[in-house]
Amino acid sequence: MSLLKIRNLRVEFGSLAHPFPAVDGLDFDIDRGELVGIVGESGSGKSVTMMALMGLIDAPGRVTADELVFDGHDLLKLKPAQRRKIVGKDISMIFQDALTSLNPSYTVGFQIKESLKVHMGLRGAALEKRALELLELVEIPAAKSRLGAYPHQLSGGMNQRVMIAVAIACNPKLLIADEPTTALDVTIQAQIMDLLERLQKEHNMGLIMITHDLAVIAEMAKRICVMYAGQVVEQAPVADLFRAPRHPYTQALLEAIPEHSKGARRLSALPGIVPGHYDRPKGCLLSPRCRYAQDKCSQERPALLDGVRCYYSLNAEGESTHG
Amino acid sequence: MFSFILRKLATVIPTFIGITLVAFALIRMIPGDPIEVMVGERKLDPVMHAAAMQRLGLDQPLHIQYFRYIKDLAQGDLGISLVTREPVTKEFLTLFPATVELAICALLFAVLVGLPAGMIAGLKRGSVFDHGVMGVSMTGFSMPIFWWGLILIMYFSVTLGWTPVSGRIDIEFDIAQRTGFLLIDSWLSGEEGAFKSAAMHLILPTIVLGTIPLAVIARMTRSSMLEVLREDYIRTARAKGLAPTRVVVVHALRNALIPVITVIGLQVGSLLGGAVLTETIYSWPGIGKWLVDSISRRDYPVVQAGILVSATIFIVVNLFVDILYGVVNPRIRSAK
Repeated sequence: MSLLKIRNLRVEFGSLAHPFPAVDGLDFDIDRGELVGIVGESGSGKSVTMMALMGLIDAPGRVTADELVFDGHDLLKLKPAQRRKIVGKDISMIFQDALTSLNPSYTVGFQIKESLKVHMGLRGAALEKRALELLELVEIPAAKSRLGAYPHQLSGGMNQRVMIAVAIACNPKLLIADEPTTALDVTIQAQIMDLLERLQKEHNMGLIMITHDLAVIAEMAKRICVMYAGQVVEQAPVADLFRAPRHPYTQALLEAIPEHSKGARRLSALPGIVPGHYDRPKGCLLSPRCRYAQDKCSQERPALLDGVRCYYSLNAEGESTHG
Repeated sequence: MFSFILRKLATVIPTFIGITLVAFALIRMIPGDPIEVMVGERKLDPVMHAAAMQRLGLDQPLHIQYFRYIKDLAQGDLGISLVTREPVTKEFLTLFPATVELAICALLFAVLVGLPAGMIAGLKRGSVFDHGVMGVSMTGFSMPIFWWGLILIMYFSVTLGWTPVSGRIDIEFDIAQRTGFLLIDSWLSGEEGAFKSAAMHLILPTIVLGTIPLAVIARMTRSSMLEVLREDYIRTARAKGLAPTRVVVVHALRNALIPVITVIGLQVGSLLGGAVLTETIYSWPGIGKWLVDSISRRDYPVVQAGILVSATIFIVVNLFVDILYGVVNPRIRSAK
């Protein structure tokens, strides 16, 4: 049984008459100890999906799903108080900008200990010991003195380590990292990714790594899930996806990696932007931007079949399979 | 922390010098002098006028007068009232507690009502309660104090007869002054009904003086709360699985209070200014009324002292607020 099973997740904003689906019928699974990457450009619904999983979508946003089962609990059927016993303990999340994601008015120590107190009931010396242990685990030097530091006294990389310490405080079964390195410079990025990978292996956590940078997760993840406009458009083992993308959107994403455009005068880019509230196509959501689109594509929406959501999925040579 | 306080204190000195100059200059810019005002419409013999002015030291050039004033001030001497011939310090000390008592009550009223109201309005944005609080506070803020005071007197004192019209306590009570705060003194006196009488006298002035600060505090708390609730760290707190009350009380409130504390400090200025009107309406024997009377009597030393003392209180309170701000907001403390 998978650790997390999501079936037909929908997150809608806007009025009931004219809803905007930020997440539109998403299916997703992850097992214990698995590392899955979710990629997609801004506005593709990556973060919203995870916010829905964490129960952080507020009215007027609406979350529905056929199944949103984590570790045997259907999260949507739990009472808020019961759900909060899972969120922050068994599922936890780290965010993009660590400095603003930490409360400026409390010390790092307070913010780490808070989860330990609330979820594990730790007090006194045991609490102190565990907090210190966590800071050492995320490789913060001079951990003891850093417990009393405020977020503004630490660097961006240090703050992200603190965020990770907060997130793994209660030994979660699933950790969601929402673009954890976007706000950091490249050398620090690599360190944070290594840290996350090490922690994931050591604690046998499920790790969902959200990013819009394919290169970042290429070497870490076993499986990659490509999202576009609130839907999963392709899902494949990392090697297959890089060797032979089957969805035109994945192909475009790969082409946009600068290293792939060597010798070219301009970076390859997919024209247009993710559809918004009022220009959501009737057919395939990518059809207005897709170089292979046929009449059928703009009429009917394709389903996710065998890991790809396209009528004319690409073959190993990167050619469309129509005609 | 100590050097933080010292740094703040250093900025106060130029402000003080500025205030003495302004107070000194402004009162002398009003036409007429103490002698003319005392004599009133009767004809004044120029020779007698000049002699009187000389006796009061007012015939000297302005800069000499100013330096004499500063010299006395440096020795803690606020001068002698031109009208009552009493030392200004002595008059001030008898009247000051009345103002402080009223101001504290008004500020408590404003904070105890305004803070929770603003907080709930922010949390329940767009609700009936939110619109209600914002509407009422807008009205309160826009209300002229003298008009609002008179309306309350007409309704509660005259029509309903619930509260006394003016003064600090009913005339039948003779309370020995111990602290100067009538609420405390009347309680200590043990006289039956004295405390109740003092409290009843306080209600209307407290409401009138507290209305504007209340409106400002409520609005500030609301907008600050709304802003903080959108912050990333609130999302983090919720992602930790904390209960909504803990998210609000521990994570949002502390950050939301930072600007509110500044505003409360600034309201002390509005309390001192408002006290002038409120004390006049309710015949409250405090420094506000004293100052108004002294201006019309051109009692230079009293006006100078009154302005200086009011400004000092304002500065001291805001210095205290700055220090408190450093306590609440760790980012300020370490700023060099």
